[in-house]
Amino acid sequence: MIGARQSLKADPGSLATNSYGAMSELLRRVALRADAAAFHELYQSYGPRVKAYLMRHGADGSTAEDFAQETLFTVWRRAALYASDKGSPSTWIFTIARNLWIDRLRRDVPWQELTPAHEEATSPEPLPDEVVSETELQLRVRDALAGLPAEQRQVLELAYLEGLSHAEIAARLALPLGTVKSRVRIAYQKMRAAVEDLK
Amino acid sequence: MTIIHHPGADTLMSYAAGALPSALSAVAAAHVAMCDRCQHELVLMERIGWALLEGLAPVPLTDRRPSRAAPEPASTPLAQVGGDAANPILRLARHDFAGVRWRRIGIGLWHHPLPIRGKGSLQLIKAAPGAAVPDHGHAGGELTLILQGAMTDRTGRYGHGDVADLDETIEHTPVADRGTGCICAIANEAPTRFSGLLARLLQPWHGF
Repeated sequence: MIGARQSLKADPGSLATNSYGAMSELLRRVALRADAAAFHELYQSYGPRVKAYLMRHGADGSTAEDFAQETLFTVWRRAALYASDKGSPSTWIFTIARNLWIDRLRRDVPWQELTPAHEEATSPEPLPDEVVSETELQLRVRDALAGLPAEQRQVLELAYLEGLSHAEIAARLALPLGTVKSRVRIAYQKMRAAVEDLK
Repeated sequence: MTIIHHPGADTLMSYAAGALPSALSAVAAAHVAMCDRCQHELVLMERIGWALLEGLAPVPLTDRRPSRAAPEPASTPLAQVGGDAANPILRLARHDFAGVRWRRIGIGLWHHPLPIRGKGSLQLIKAAPGAAVPDHGHAGGELTLILQGAMTDRTGRYGHGDVADLDETIEHTPVADRGTGCICAIANEAPTRFSGLLARLLQPWHGF
């Protein structure tokens, strides 16, 4: 674990695929011991990209940083509930950041839940083969994403990173709505096929 | 009870991205809460979300440390805090729609609008056994979730938990099951004023 922590410190901005184990370990320390040092490492590792995500959604720098902070505070509060066998820490953090941003826009009852699968009362300790398959999953998803034609990747980015509905994407790109939807569907079929044998 | 009809992958992915208009998102959330298959798909879709986020150039934090103290850890899973209880559609369904003030909008048809912030409109529709909802198209997307009973249209039979995910190109005439009737939640993408189904339903009664 020491090795993993040092590699994180050497390059705090890089959340390489092989950092899954290190991130899970940090999360576990936060969960089990409310370990503030581990929390600050998580904050410094994830904060800059969560901030970038919220700025892409139109937040200014300081609002985005507040949200990044709020996101990691939510991680802190809920670390003990995180189900490591149901997805990577990074996926969980994505859903938290997404939901906080949606809540801000809607200021409403929480219509959009965290995916129930992400939080269950299970052990935060991943089994070794889970770590392998999780790492493999992340690689496959990243490769499949990199392999998408630009026009398919573009519609995914507009949805995920700018929060545009399909109708808004169609208007932005001056495309028929059906074309946008079919690009999304085809992109998803490819991504799904890329991980089919792992799940 | 087996769920047969799910939201399309495009709809679910928009939901995972946090980009689905609020009204549709509310209906999608209620379906996902009762559907293992869609929960499973959603985890992959959210994983894709992180992969995209990871591709962004990181923006350095101004403060190396959070500017305020960390809050107390929570001990109850959000899935328990939220889940059914937090989703107003599911909460109403679980209490058998007690307290809902149905407004009659046609022969054997009632509706109850649900408040929603953001984009779209959301309502419950109750159809008496055998009642037909007039032929209608939609302005923008429409997502219908069956909460009680069943209905049938030319795209199939929809029972408890099923979702009809229709775009504006589809015209259909759902008929509530003769035995049970049907209660469903319908979300429309078109903003503010009634559109699609409800416009057609309400026109003869309210003159707009």
